[in-house]
Amino acid sequence: MLRALGLRSVDELFADIPENVRLHGLDLPRGLSEQEVVSRVTALLSANRTMADMPTFLGAGLYDHFVPASVRAITSRAEFYTAYTPYQPELSQGILQSLWEYQSLICELTGMDAANTSMYDASTALGEAARMAHRIHGGKIFLVPRALRWHRRTVLGNYTWGGGLLIKEVEYDRETGMLDLADLKKHLTEDVCGIYVENPNFFGRLEEQVQEIREATDSLLVVGVNPIAQSILRPPGDFGADIVIGEGQALGSPVNFGGPLLGIFACRQEHIHRMPGRVIGLTKDVKGNRAFCMTLQTREQHIRREKAMSNICTNESLMAVAAAAYMAVLGSNGLRKVAADCLRKAKELAAAINQVPGFKAPLFRGPHFNEFTLHYQGGYDVVHKALLANGIHGGMQHARHLKELGDFALFAVTERHSNQDIDRLLATLRSVR
Amino acid sequence: MKYRQAYYEEPLVFEKASNDRENVDLDGLVPLSMRRDRLDIPNLPEHEVVRHYTRLSQMNFGIDTGFYPLGSCTMKFNPKFAEELAALPTVARVHPDQDESTIQGALRLMHELQKSLAVVAGMDAVTLQPAAGAQGEFTGLLLAQAYNHDKGEHRHEIIVPDTAHGTNFASAGMAGFDIVEVPSRDGRVELTALKAAVSERTLAFMLTNPNTLGIFEEHVLEIADIVHDEGGLLYYDGANLNAIMGRTSPGKMNFDIAHFNLHKTFTTPHGGGGPGAGPVGVKQPLEPFLPVPVVTFDGSMYHLDYHRPKSIGMVRAWYGNFALLVRAYAYILRQGRDGLRAVSERAVLNANYVRHRLKGVLDVPFSGLRKHEFVAGASGLTAKGVRTVDLAKRLMDFGVHPPTVYFPHLVEEALMIEPTETETKETLDAFADTMAAIVKEAPEVLHSAPHNTAVARVDEVRAARDPILSWRYATSQKKL
Repeated sequence: MLRALGLRSVDELFADIPENVRLHGLDLPRGLSEQEVVSRVTALLSANRTMADMPTFLGAGLYDHFVPASVRAITSRAEFYTAYTPYQPELSQGILQSLWEYQSLICELTGMDAANTSMYDASTALGEAARMAHRIHGGKIFLVPRALRWHRRTVLGNYTWGGGLLIKEVEYDRETGMLDLADLKKHLTEDVCGIYVENPNFFGRLEEQVQEIREATDSLLVVGVNPIAQSILRPPGDFGADIVIGEGQALGSPVNFGGPLLGIFACRQEHIHRMPGRVIGLTKDVKGNRAFCMTLQTREQHIRREKAMSNICTNESLMAVAAAAYMAVLGSNGLRKVAADCLRKAKELAAAINQVPGFKAPLFRGPHFNEFTLHYQGGYDVVHKALLANGIHGGMQHARHLKELGDFALFAVTERHSNQDIDRLLATLRSVR
Repeated sequence: MKYRQAYYEEPLVFEKASNDRENVDLDGLVPLSMRRDRLDIPNLPEHEVVRHYTRLSQMNFGIDTGFYPLGSCTMKFNPKFAEELAALPTVARVHPDQDESTIQGALRLMHELQKSLAVVAGMDAVTLQPAAGAQGEFTGLLLAQAYNHDKGEHRHEIIVPDTAHGTNFASAGMAGFDIVEVPSRDGRVELTALKAAVSERTLAFMLTNPNTLGIFEEHVLEIADIVHDEGGLLYYDGANLNAIMGRTSPGKMNFDIAHFNLHKTFTTPHGGGGPGAGPVGVKQPLEPFLPVPVVTFDGSMYHLDYHRPKSIGMVRAWYGNFALLVRAYAYILRQGRDGLRAVSERAVLNANYVRHRLKGVLDVPFSGLRKHEFVAGASGLTAKGVRTVDLAKRLMDFGVHPPTVYFPHLVEEALMIEPTETETKETLDAFADTMAAIVKEAPEVLHSAPHNTAVARVDEVRAARDPILSWRYATSQKKL
């Protein structure tokens, strides 16, 4: 090949790189065989403890649901996972139809008309939703609950800073953990472009006031959902939500130490031209067969450049395929059963913990989904370390996100927690006090 | 090569026969007012679902199916061992909020990957947090801004060459900056135009080198001086890093900030559009501004450091697309110092070879060497009514994924071709022969292509005119 090019050495291929910027090699170790790499990486990772060998009650946005083997079998089809973005629809009908079905399944859960094929995660979906609310409404203020996971708040800040948006926080009710409606009303002005509310909220508490919040304002209503909970809860579309976002990881993806995730993003039909991200549309081929293709691309970076709705290009499509496959494998019956299991287990666990002297759960009264707040009278660190020493990982400390909740932890359960896991937790809590 | 893609008249999951709905008992768990009445997701036998997606996958084309010379996308072989490693329970079932003592393996892997990427890019510190290349750009610009504010300045212009990827403009726009575009001459940044554009308002100049024409900007140090002399920063778009590993680096070229596309250079799979990973490297003066948390090592334990007062905060949840970081880490270990250098050598050789083979078949503007990709033009065929889109669609009939088309805009009827290093001479020759044959074909054959794919040419105008984005909307509007 070099000869065909009239060159004598590979070095000549790099003759256009000036001498003063040339490198003569990389300061890295020599390459290894596949077998060596596999044993080395496996050994290195074995220093991690997993949710499989340590009953773990963490959630706070990421949940360890059981994923049927069929889901991974489907996303392991190399025709899907080694493909690029389907810019050439004739060669890519498979992933296009899968993603259109994903959009459709998300719309069934949320009661929206349209969904995109993904944002990076729920926190960037929130940032994009605030920007979209501003584009549609024009107002400069976006309201969020103060009871919000800190990373959602900081990502939102970074996503909206350039657009000149001001983020204001609305208090939570200290009795119920729901949004403080009186405080919300104080914040409502003409300059509020949107309001974000989560159901279930950061505390795992169901937000029962979505209807009242909708009625209180003409600003855009953005609702954050847990897609599993959504299988039994009234869809935000019923309450007149404009945009629905959420973390879609629970739909068929493992927690993966925090990534990749799946940002759910859905909206009403009237807003689709201001929506960020890729969308798949239904159409026909020239022979009249049903076909799918990427559409509304004039909103996107490769066409609209600095006027694009978002800079997103590579997204989380394969996780969207996993989500579609998961929903198709479980069906409405399976999804609702998982949701009911989570509800029941969380309620029973909170009640059982509340019987243990030195602990109070749940902190907030009223219905919760799969999470609740627990108070450690013995101090967070003492209890957390005692649990770890017994091979159990307790919930996340609230103090990182809400300073006033120093010795409080957020506990999550899924259908995967066995009775033995829960008995072990209770026994250890009894021994700690 | 003869090729015929599978076709099934595969119904939507919503159109398949569903089993009956079952009730779940929610008494005492959810107030009646909050419950939904129904959920219209079908209940299908599991094997029907597997068959559905298997059929759909057969109507899709990946790198494992065939040649995929999509310019600027680096569609190379995704090694299978990396897939197995990323699926280990010690990756998949580790929660990111776990106590540091229980995640030492993950933190160590991140710490070592940061160091390896810093070596490849010639940077001092790396964050693994950004989820994709575009998010890496956005992060890099936030870092530039934080650094600039810290010095008490408020620069607000980002300069971008006309050959740049669309994401450069969009990332700068999203961060709220004004954009100044500079033209090219002979496929390179025009230095006089750049000098005229740079001012005390310039926050950063974004450049990819080699650029999207596959041309190495040999005046890169002069470019760096022009930008730095006015107090601006130089940003490296890492989409084309696959061309230069071990031969030069963004750091060596005096860039201050650089992002990596792990799904390109370090061959994590593209997933049909994602997930990717877009780490960002910086020189020392920008290090205090990196997103939190930063992975640190105290000699015995790894930690997640949140106490960084100058940090920009976070750009997405948690620490990055970890399952992809595992794959990239494994790939770097497998290649090592010589392997990575060989990757770039072979990628550059393959690109120059295909370009050589296509001379006389298509226009191949700009003389000299190319790096990992090149841009050809089909404007010579417009006289007979054939356009680049027709060539692209016709290539599919021979089992080839088309190159990137109509980009960059400087070349008319552009085809941007990046063969990558993992293709054989036989594949490259077959591609060149196919291209040589189809440019001679009758316009009717080209206009009606593709003929051998699951569906014929797709009506994209119809999709945009009446956007139908869900089953729910389609059925409510009786559009199905």
